[in-house]
Amino acid sequence: MAKMKGATLVDIERCKGCGLCVVACPLNVLALTTKNVNQKGYNYAETVLEDTCTGCTSCAVVCPDGCITVYRKKEE
Amino acid sequence: MTKEEIMQPENIVYRKPELLNDVPMHYCPGCSHGVVHKLVAEVIAEMGMTDKTIAISPVGCAVFAYKYIDVDWQEAAHGRAPALASAVKRLWPDRLVFTYQGDGDLACIGTGETIHALNRGENITIIFINNAIYGMTGGQMAPTTLLGMKTVTCPYGRVPELHGYPLKMADIAVGLQGTCYVTRQSVHSVAAIMKAKKAIRKAFEYSMQGKGSNLVEIVSTCNTNWRMSPDKANKWMEENMFPFYPLGDLKDNG
Ligand SMILES: Cc1ncc(C[n+]2csc(CCOP(=O)(O)OP(=O)(O)O)c2C)c(N)n1
Ligand code: SF4
Ligand code: SF4
Ligand code: SF4
Ligand SMILES: [Mg+2]
Repeated sequence: MAKMKGATLVDIERCKGCGLCVVACPLNVLALTTKNVNQKGYNYAETVLEDTCTGCTSCAVVCPDGCITVYRKKEE
Repeated sequence: MTKEEIMQPENIVYRKPELLNDVPMHYCPGCSHGVVHKLVAEVIAEMGMTDKTIAISPVGCAVFAYKYIDVDWQEAAHGRAPALASAVKRLWPDRLVFTYQGDGDLACIGTGETIHALNRGENITIIFINNAIYGMTGGQMAPTTLLGMKTVTCPYGRVPELHGYPLKMADIAVGLQGTCYVTRQSVHSVAAIMKAKKAIRKAFEYSMQGKGSNLVEIVSTCNTNWRMSPDKANKWMEENMFPFYPLGDLKDNG
C-alpha cells in the first residue's frame, strides 16, 4: 500500500486551545503552544512532529470549532 | 515530498463544513455543542437541503446556533422548540425541520412540548444535547443530572430523596407511537462522531419521508460546569454517563 503523507493547517485565531486534537492524534503530531497565544489569549494547536502526519483527519474531526484543515497525498 | 507539495487545495481531505459560518462560536473550549454543529452542517449540505432547511434554536448555550449554521432559523421560547417545529413543518411540508435543544430546555421546561410533538408523530427531528446540566445559566441541576453528580444546586450530589431520579427522555420517546427513530449517540471520539453523523442523517431522511418524529440524543459534555478539562470531561462521560445513558439505537421503524 502506498504510504500517505499528511499535513494540517490550524486556524490559529479560531483555535480555543481545548487540546482535544492533541489527544485525538494517534501519532502525537500536535501539541498546544506553551509560550505563544492567539489574540484571544489561548495557547493554540501546532505541529511539533514534522514529517509524521498521515492525514488521517482524526484531529480535525474532533475539533469542536472546525479549526483544522487536513491535506493528504500519496507518496510517489 | 515537501509540506508545500502536500498542502495543495486538491489534497484537502477535511475542512470546516461549508455551512459553518466563519464567525467564531461562543462555546467554551472543547464543548460538545461545536462538534454537533459541524455534523448538522455537514449532513444538511450532503443532503442538498441547504436552501430547504428551517431549524429551531433553543434557550440554552445553543441559543445562538442560528449565527453558526448558514440555514434558516427560528428562535423559540425556552422549551417550546418542538411546538414551533410542528407548526413550521405543517406549513412547509417540503422543508427539513429540526430543533436543537439542551436537556434543561427539552427535559425540564419543555417536557410537555417534547412528548406531545413526538407523540403526534410530527415529521421533524429533535436533536437533544444531553450534558446533564444547565450549562448556560451556570451549572444548575437538570432533570437529567446523574445521581451523585454535583452541581451548584446540589453541591453534595444529587440524591433521589430530595431531587428525584434522572429522566431518560429517549426511553420515554420509544414508547410513544408517533416516534419513528430514537437513538442515543455521543461525540467523544472519531468513531462516535461518525456514528452520530449517520444517525442525524437517518433521522433527517425519515422526517423528509414522512415517517414520523425522530429523536437524536447526543450524550454530551459541559466541561466548564463539570469543572474538568475537555479531555477529562470526555473520560468522565464515558465512565459515568454511558452506563446510565447507553449509546445506540433504541427504536428504528424506518
Ligand atoms: C422562561 C425562561 N426560564 C428560564 C430561563 C433561564 N435559562 C436560560 S438557559 C436555561 C437552561 C439551559 O440548559 P440546557 O437546556 O441544558 O442547555 P445547555 O446550556 O446545557 O446547553 C435556563 C433555565 C430562560 N431564559 N427563560
Ligand atoms: S491528520 Fe491524523 S496524523 Fe495528522 S495531525 Fe491530525 S490526527 Fe495526527
Ligand atoms: S481541537 Fe480545535 S480548538 Fe481545540 S486545540 Fe485543537 S485546533 Fe484548537
Ligand atoms: S457552559 Fe457548558 S454547554 Fe455551555 S458552552 Fe460552556 S461547556 Fe458548552
Ligand atoms: Mg444542558
